Amino acid sequence: MTDALSRLLASRDWLMADGATGTTLFNMGLQSGDAPELWNADHPDRIRALYRGAVEAGSDIFLTNTFGGTAARLKLHEAQGRVRELNRLGAELGREVADAAGRPVVVAGSMGPTGEIMAPMGPLTHDAAVEMFHEQAEGLKEGGADVLWVETISAPEEYRAAAEAAKRAGMPWVGTMSFDTAGRTMMGVTSANMVTLVGQLDHPPLAFGANCGVGASDLMRTVLGFTAMAPEIPVVAKGNAGIPKYVDGHIHYDGTPELMARYAVLARDAGARIIGGCCGTTPEHLKAMRAALENTPPGPRPTLEQIAAELGGFSSASDGTGETAEPRTRRRRRG
Amino acid sequence: MSDEEDDEIILSELETEDLVLQMHDDLYDGLREEIEEGVNILLERGWQPYDVLTKALVAGMTIVGNDFRDGILFVPEVLLAANAMKAGMAILKPLLAETGAPRMGKMVIGTVKGDIHDIGKNLVSMMMEGAGFEVVDLGINNPVEAYIEAAAREEADIVGMSALLTTTMPYMKVVIDAMVAQGIRDDYIVLVGGAPLNEEFGRAIGADAYCRDAAVAVETAKDFIARKHNQMAAG
Repeated sequence: MTDALSRLLASRDWLMADGATGTTLFNMGLQSGDAPELWNADHPDRIRALYRGAVEAGSDIFLTNTFGGTAARLKLHEAQGRVRELNRLGAELGREVADAAGRPVVVAGSMGPTGEIMAPMGPLTHDAAVEMFHEQAEGLKEGGADVLWVETISAPEEYRAAAEAAKRAGMPWVGTMSFDTAGRTMMGVTSANMVTLVGQLDHPPLAFGANCGVGASDLMRTVLGFTAMAPEIPVVAKGNAGIPKYVDGHIHYDGTPELMARYAVLARDAGARIIGGCCGTTPEHLKAMRAALENTPPGPRPTLEQIAAELGGFSSASDGTGETAEPRTRRRRRG
Repeated sequence: MSDEEDDEIILSELETEDLVLQMHDDLYDGLREEIEEGVNILLERGWQPYDVLTKALVAGMTIVGNDFRDGILFVPEVLLAANAMKAGMAILKPLLAETGAPRMGKMVIGTVKGDIHDIGKNLVSMMMEGAGFEVVDLGINNPVEAYIEAAAREEADIVGMSALLTTTMPYMKVVIDAMVAQGIRDDYIVLVGGAPLNEEFGRAIGADAYCRDAAVAVETAKDFIARKHNQMAAG
């Protein structure tokens, strides 16, 4: 147990992760359509400020500005030749901020989906996906990331590819999926499916869980789904600050710091060990979450009714677990 | 799935009615080669290409789309089905052009300016093609002009816009407002989609419809195209 995240997990009941990267960078002037990762080279001060915002709000873990740092994503900005550099820089800036924090803070090297559809449904092969994730992982490792943090994944094939890339880079990792389609990921994975998936990996993550998706309530339902299966690996909850609303030509997330504070406590009581925010979660939200986690005594495992009452209703009646969908009566098929 | 079935079905030995039903099943299971074979058999038996398209392929994809909508199938299965459908379409396409069969419709689609996400848009493209539509994919980060020029150039029926960011979804309104200003808004069916959107937003910006997912996009496109044809017939 030599990595920083394992040490923190061993010494504490819960850890707080960070909030939104995109939301914060847009507020700093990032233009929609530009690659945030380019700022690791062009505006290092702003990236330091992003990281510091999370650390000063009490985060124990923060994610690097490298979510779109695979060749597949950087290609859209003709920066596919800069994978190693941009990931290394993103992690180096993180290392700098974490080491100056005066307490243990984990630098988590963010790795988002390639955005491509994996074989056999789409064109991206397992080997090509592993290669892209591995290239990114090496850059993050070189820059001093403590752990790789794979997030917003929807396809089990892509999750497996990221696991293999982490293994190849010799790095511990955490991996979360986004459950945004009636309680499942876009590719149909339920919370229970994910627990099974994680259990089958030969380089298992240090922690697994859910991020982003449809708001805090849905994310909590997914967390309950994970912990109902009593997984051995710690669970991560990183939910959005409510649901985006379109008001007078602008978008804002409807989750207040108070709501996110309740969410954080409910997530802990549901059994999550690492709790953070995602889109719309600002340092203000994080401060409220940290205070609530520190000052609220542990409570009983929340029920779905309680979650709906405190955080708002769910986006769908069911989350797909425990269902036995009637298979279509088929005709004969060829063997 | 298939291993429990020992009886080998020879497609060419099936009665036509059974063959079409079998093709619906084979589409459902994403069996590409079987669909190609089925299409060829129907053509050999003298079916019009347009009938093969609508009665065998599109009808089969409708079942797939319904089960996707109802949460019985998920994206991976639907993509396999769409791939099988496309293989059948590849055979039919030149024949449809020769016979002057009615087109299903043409769509230009792209992610709006400022937005670099494309997986949702790609899913819609694949499923629209799977349903027999022609799709022109404009990629990511599209300004107003890109949509309007492509729609005119391609003589599109449908303009599809996708956004995955809350910061970029308002740009859809910019595109629609420009279409209104140029007096071309009603020349097209405008469909919008993307994770942060909802019906209310679609209405607020003046789109014809918000499509929750790729299957809904296909169904909505079919509905609007049918209405358009009815109007033309009535007019």
